[in-house]
Amino acid sequence: MKINGAEVTHDVESRTLLVHFVRENAGLRGTHWGCDTSNCGACVLWVDGLPVKSCTMLAASAAGHDITTVEGLEKDGKLDPIQQGFIECHGLQCGFCTPGMLMTGRWILDNNPKPSEEEIREGISGQLCRCTGYKNIVDSIHWAAAHPAENEVSA
Amino acid sequence: MTAVQEVPLSPAGNPIGFGSMKRVEDQRFVRGQGNYIDDVNLPGMLHSAILRSPWAHARIKSIDTSAALALPGVIAVLTGKDLEGIPRPSLLGDNFAWMPTLSYDTQAVLATDKVRFQGQEVAYVIAESRYIAKDAVELIDVDYEPLEPVMDAKRAMDPGAPVIRDDKGQTDNSITDVHGHKTWESGNAISTAEAIARAEADPNCVVVTQEVMYPRVHPAPMETCGSVAHLDKVSGQLTLYTTSQAPHAHRTVYAMVAGLPEQKIRVIAPDIGGGFGNKVGVYPGYVLSILGTIVTGKPVKWIEDRGENLMSTSFARDYHMTGKIAATKDGKILAVDVDVLADHGAFNGVAQPTNYPAGFFHIFSGSYDYPDAHCKVTPVYTNKAPGGVAYACSFRITEAVYVIERLVDCLAAELGMDPAELRLLNLLKPEQFPYTSPTGWVYDSGQYEKTMRLAMEIAGYDELRREQAEKRARGEYMGIGISFFTEGVGAGPRKDMDILGLGMADGIELRVHPTGKAVLRLSVMSQGQGHETTYAQIVAHELGIPPEDIDVVNGDTDQTPFGLGTYGSRSMPVSGAAAAIVSRKVKERARVVAAAALECSPDDLEWELGRWSVKGDKERGKTIQEIALLSHSSLELPEGVEGHLDATAVYNPPNLTYPYGAYICVVDVDPGTGVVKVRRFIAVDDCGTRVNPMLVEGQVHGGIADGIGMALMELIAFDTDGNNLGGSFMDYLLPTSMECPSFELGEMVTPSPHHPIGAKGVGESATVGSPPAVVNAVMDALAPFGVRHADMPLTPSNVWRAIQGNPIRVDMAIE
Repeated sequence: MKINGAEVTHDVESRTLLVHFVRENAGLRGTHWGCDTSNCGACVLWVDGLPVKSCTMLAASAAGHDITTVEGLEKDGKLDPIQQGFIECHGLQCGFCTPGMLMTGRWILDNNPKPSEEEIREGISGQLCRCTGYKNIVDSIHWAAAHPAENEVSA
Repeated sequence: MTAVQEVPLSPAGNPIGFGSMKRVEDQRFVRGQGNYIDDVNLPGMLHSAILRSPWAHARIKSIDTSAALALPGVIAVLTGKDLEGIPRPSLLGDNFAWMPTLSYDTQAVLATDKVRFQGQEVAYVIAESRYIAKDAVELIDVDYEPLEPVMDAKRAMDPGAPVIRDDKGQTDNSITDVHGHKTWESGNAISTAEAIARAEADPNCVVVTQEVMYPRVHPAPMETCGSVAHLDKVSGQLTLYTTSQAPHAHRTVYAMVAGLPEQKIRVIAPDIGGGFGNKVGVYPGYVLSILGTIVTGKPVKWIEDRGENLMSTSFARDYHMTGKIAATKDGKILAVDVDVLADHGAFNGVAQPTNYPAGFFHIFSGSYDYPDAHCKVTPVYTNKAPGGVAYACSFRITEAVYVIERLVDCLAAELGMDPAELRLLNLLKPEQFPYTSPTGWVYDSGQYEKTMRLAMEIAGYDELRREQAEKRARGEYMGIGISFFTEGVGAGPRKDMDILGLGMADGIELRVHPTGKAVLRLSVMSQGQGHETTYAQIVAHELGIPPEDIDVVNGDTDQTPFGLGTYGSRSMPVSGAAAAIVSRKVKERARVVAAAALECSPDDLEWELGRWSVKGDKERGKTIQEIALLSHSSLELPEGVEGHLDATAVYNPPNLTYPYGAYICVVDVDPGTGVVKVRRFIAVDDCGTRVNPMLVEGQVHGGIADGIGMALMELIAFDTDGNNLGGSFMDYLLPTSMECPSFELGEMVTPSPHHPIGAKGVGESATVGSPPAVVNAVMDALAPFGVRHADMPLTPSNVWRAIQGNPIRVDMAIE
């Protein structure tokens, strides 16, 4: 599979979860694991541009696909607006849910550049945060919507 | 005394002092570069997994580990019997099968005789990979003889109830604290009973009695617990990476548990993915990873899965409370008495100051002015997981605030008074501070009425009541709930407060390098609070060094001075004070150096931010950066002055600090489905000086979300067979972005008079204060149905049943 544009190939057991493959085999530990049951969304990354809970997908099923993780958001040493938005609006505290929130937030904006508060809340409702009460996450995504990168391209 | 003022900006645009500075730690977190426990990988590291009991109460007849040991890739399998065979040269027992809890009880590391809760640790597998370790756990065959489980604290008190702690020779399920007490009382029992009896006999008074349950809940941080242990056999150095809110206290406990010399133990807490009290305790898993490295000679990682976290680590609450409140008919509160049955689970594993076995519960007299209060707390063992003080509870002030704020609302309902009016009538007045409460707390400062009125103004309280009346007339049910809370946080003082004999004072160290850049080393440990940012701001405020020139180190016992760690909202009240005091020491050292350089007396110098200058001749002066270099130079210093600016301090708080707040919640209840929608939540907090207002508000947001979760959905329930019904995020429901409203915050600042910068701490304020606001709002909405009380969580089914006049006991599944 390709991860953040680079080809990654490993032989793994057929039961290996995608989240474990990305973390242990590809060594990209920005994608977190939080619950085992697809409830928390700490493990959200993109498979072919779509947000996926990577604890609920087998690595083998992702073979041949394009994976994007939080490490792939920063381009040419410049943070993506969604990353900057979380810094500006205090959209994170412990940082554990943040990679998943960033990936979903970026996806929301790529598909709806001017989302309403309700649309953002619905967009992130499959992901849990224990620190922020979500208000500042909503504000962070709004900030990113208001400050698009130059030549911003859709995923 | 310092209030937030206009502060100059640094070259990087940060406030040189207090203000809403962006967080330093975000730079790594938004890049996915945080370093959490499961990100720690050491060369040659092995993995591990724990077999846990499927039974709540059962005798272990035999354990067969042969199939697990035969699985390729398995290195070792340990049982309780194996641990009994490992001698431990320590003060706390002679083998590894049992460990001390933070409340002087014992807890099984691996069960030997019996299992005492579902999810208890029974066997430990060390293997080459996480997957193999989990496979091997499945291959261990344990023969259990099931025993009757005790799942209800009331049942535990029955004379014929099965005895859980027969290992200690007990004949009942009572808990005895280190002082020999089986119940914990506070306040004046006699005067309170007399005041209530007088009120009962007086036609101009009322007495309202209400039973309320604060059900068992769980902090459930997004990151579970874990550890990576590595014993270097040659040097004897044990390095333990672990999810610890209190690395230094943990080091001392491991020295006691493992019998290892303390100087050979290094505890490193990497980035922590949320704590909320869940990562205060010492868990068998951590101890097992240490045993794992001792047995195998290799680094061993243990990472809990979510079910293990919810079923075995520190739960919170589980307090059955019966309150009595006496008042005059015009609403003046006279006395409150509370009787508590406290469910502590199978081991008394609460993490709280030794002299306070019910935590700070006896602050339950609340924010009101009345003379007589008393409480009695009776703790019992049950076949549930140990713990009890967690989930941002401020050492059980959560339970205290809940019972008094429900009682006040029940009283308002009884008197037909508006609950805001009743509170305003009884709130403490500013001139009463410092105020000694009927149970002995000395509240430091506050402007309660002003705070309450600000919350009402933000809410548009009178307009909300008008809207409610109109809606009721149309058959729509909205509710308005109020909570006014006072916390006591920032434990010590050390003369009154210790954990396992360790006094609750915290060390700090500040180094100022020759170029004027600084490193601050903290004993406390961030779990997301942003210490790397706020503590740099405190030093900046005191010394004028830009915050970007100050690095803050925490979470490594070899790199930081001793202290008791971060919980009970104690970082800012204790280590925040320490940071100010150590900075002032540096400032005074700088004064002597500056005087030598300027060839004048230190008394002739005056300080303005970042610079000592000669009084009356401001041109003659030296900046802190210039002084830093001079302090390392060949400049001749007066006799007895050592040079360098570095300083250390230990802060022993003279009193707790008393943050407080007024919260108002607005809900809409659908009487057909029982669904509660939180429409608005207004919070006005007074946590004293706000070092970083943006971070204060962020913590308040998170706490309100916790409160909404506890009030409406979070619950660790059990069935009568002892099965935990909250063992996954499919069953233990957390609030999402859809259940949380966009919070409306107000600010009140009354600096603490005894804290060097006037800060009071805020980490738990909203978790403590918000649940009663939500519950009071729902009860207010249901008032037309004659409902006075229903227990949390107010799930749709529980609300619906309350409307039908048949509320259920929420902590137990129906048989």
